[in-house]
Amino acid sequence: MIRRQRWLGPVMFMPAITYILALVGVPFLMAFLYSVSDAKVGSVSYHYVGARNFISILHNPAFIRSLKDSFVFTISSQVLVLIGANILALSLKDAFPGRRFFRFLILLPWVAPVSIGSLGWKWILDSLYSVISWVMVRMHLVNQYDTPMWLGEPKLAMMSVILVHTWHMLPFATVIILAGLTAIPKDIPEAAAVDGAGFLRTTFQITIPMMLPIINVAVLFGAIFTFTDMTVIYILTRGGPYDTTQVIPTEAFFAGILGSDLAEGAAISIFLVPLLIVAAYFVLRSAHRAEVT
Amino acid sequence: MARRRLTKVLPRIVMWLVRIFFAVVLAFPFYWMLITTFKRNTDLNNLKNNPFLFNESPTLDHLKLLFRETLFPRWVLNTMGAGLLVVIITLLLAVPAAYALARLTGEWGAQLGIGVFLTYLIPPTLLFIPLSKVVSFLGLQDSLWSIIIVYPTFTIPFSTWLLMGFFKSIPRDLEDAAMVDGLTQWGAFVKLMIPMSTSGILTVVIFAFTLVTQEFVYALTFISSAAHQTVGVGVPTFLIRGDVYYWGSLMAACLITSLPIGFLYNLFLDRFIEGFTVGAVK
Repeated sequence: MIRRQRWLGPVMFMPAITYILALVGVPFLMAFLYSVSDAKVGSVSYHYVGARNFISILHNPAFIRSLKDSFVFTISSQVLVLIGANILALSLKDAFPGRRFFRFLILLPWVAPVSIGSLGWKWILDSLYSVISWVMVRMHLVNQYDTPMWLGEPKLAMMSVILVHTWHMLPFATVIILAGLTAIPKDIPEAAAVDGAGFLRTTFQITIPMMLPIINVAVLFGAIFTFTDMTVIYILTRGGPYDTTQVIPTEAFFAGILGSDLAEGAAISIFLVPLLIVAAYFVLRSAHRAEVT
Repeated sequence: MARRRLTKVLPRIVMWLVRIFFAVVLAFPFYWMLITTFKRNTDLNNLKNNPFLFNESPTLDHLKLLFRETLFPRWVLNTMGAGLLVVIITLLLAVPAAYALARLTGEWGAQLGIGVFLTYLIPPTLLFIPLSKVVSFLGLQDSLWSIIIVYPTFTIPFSTWLLMGFFKSIPRDLEDAAMVDGLTQWGAFVKLMIPMSTSGILTVVIFAFTLVTQEFVYALTFISSAAHQTVGVGVPTFLIRGDVYYWGSLMAACLITSLPIGFLYNLFLDRFIEGFTVGAVK
């Protein structure tokens, strides 16, 4: 008879759980504690100040603007990612010569370090030597002496960071959607085609509805990774020009780390939590479904 | 007849156009890094030149500068050293935890596993402020050790989640048979389960390592001196002297960093994606 040792399970998972509790759980709680305190870098004092930090940042127009821009940044890049990834995934679904090579090229923006990829874009979007501007000058779209300041003019800068982030996230969503496409039984769209449904009808009435759960996964993680990211913006604009590309994570970084105001930084970053709760809810629901079936 | 042929050929042409369009747009920055790496400064800085071509003969100066006069080689070593240690910590903690949660703890083990995965969703931009305090409390500020200690907080949850899937896919009968033959539970884990999940463990090694090379926020927050940086932060923040960008060397550094990491990650990306799509793909 096999005797399972009851104590072995906890002994084996406790080190990992302890590590995560100590360095994720505790800091997570500390973020809340700091947000209602007057903590500063380099000082050990801690005084509870209630909602003072929240009231002060909510009265700060710069913060309200960054909150709004966080949504603009996340929603517009995710809409673009979703459209692009669906089209790209459809084009990659079936085998074709050179598929592995194409896959490698297409995945590069996601698999290469994002800070490095963004730096590549900083050069492509350079104020003077931008290759995009050069092409536009040659096509007589813009004047040679008045080329666009891709990262120096508020609207263009916002557009640039959104597009670069879209570029970074597109492969991730594409691979997830591709995984879903290959999991759809082939005979269903084929049967629809035999019954006379055209390509568009098959796509919109059969493939897309069947794909919804997986598209949700792509959007869910894409939205989290975008809403909480500061790398692309930090490298390209540092939140500028005139704070027009600040988002919540960059605001928290500038206030809490560079500005040494831990309390204010923590209070700002707490605004990331509601989205995380929504995400956690969906992950739990989808994991639950996986266990039931 | 001709029309029918067209309806057959046209979608294929469209598919190819779509593939080529996306491949060109997505890979363009890397092509641009490549071409910039080998261009002379006088060529780069002349607005009359066609930037797509080598208007002057190619040069290795940027690469020489990068390897001889910057901290780039140091950053590469820092990153590899930190990566190696993070991989070791991750394996030591995640492999037993994943086995325990997949096999030894029944229903609530699965729940706990999901809980562990959820911590992966808590972003660095929420934790960096309290963690910077923790890091200075541990006396690790401005040290490579700060990130070696902190990075497992995101490699362990994801690795545990992936490995749980691997362990669950190994038939329970095999383990039971081994235990009937006299192995203890621990013996079955070490002598049977670990060798059987080598590919899963290898996946975790690659992931933990690539995630380390990709991380930006924590390294930027905890490490202030150039000599202690990793590649991901060192190149974009310390390879600039004053306001002068040495684009040739910068792009050389970008190229050298992205391609190997990209290649390595690419090999195992499907497994990574599986970790996210549990429950949505059947």
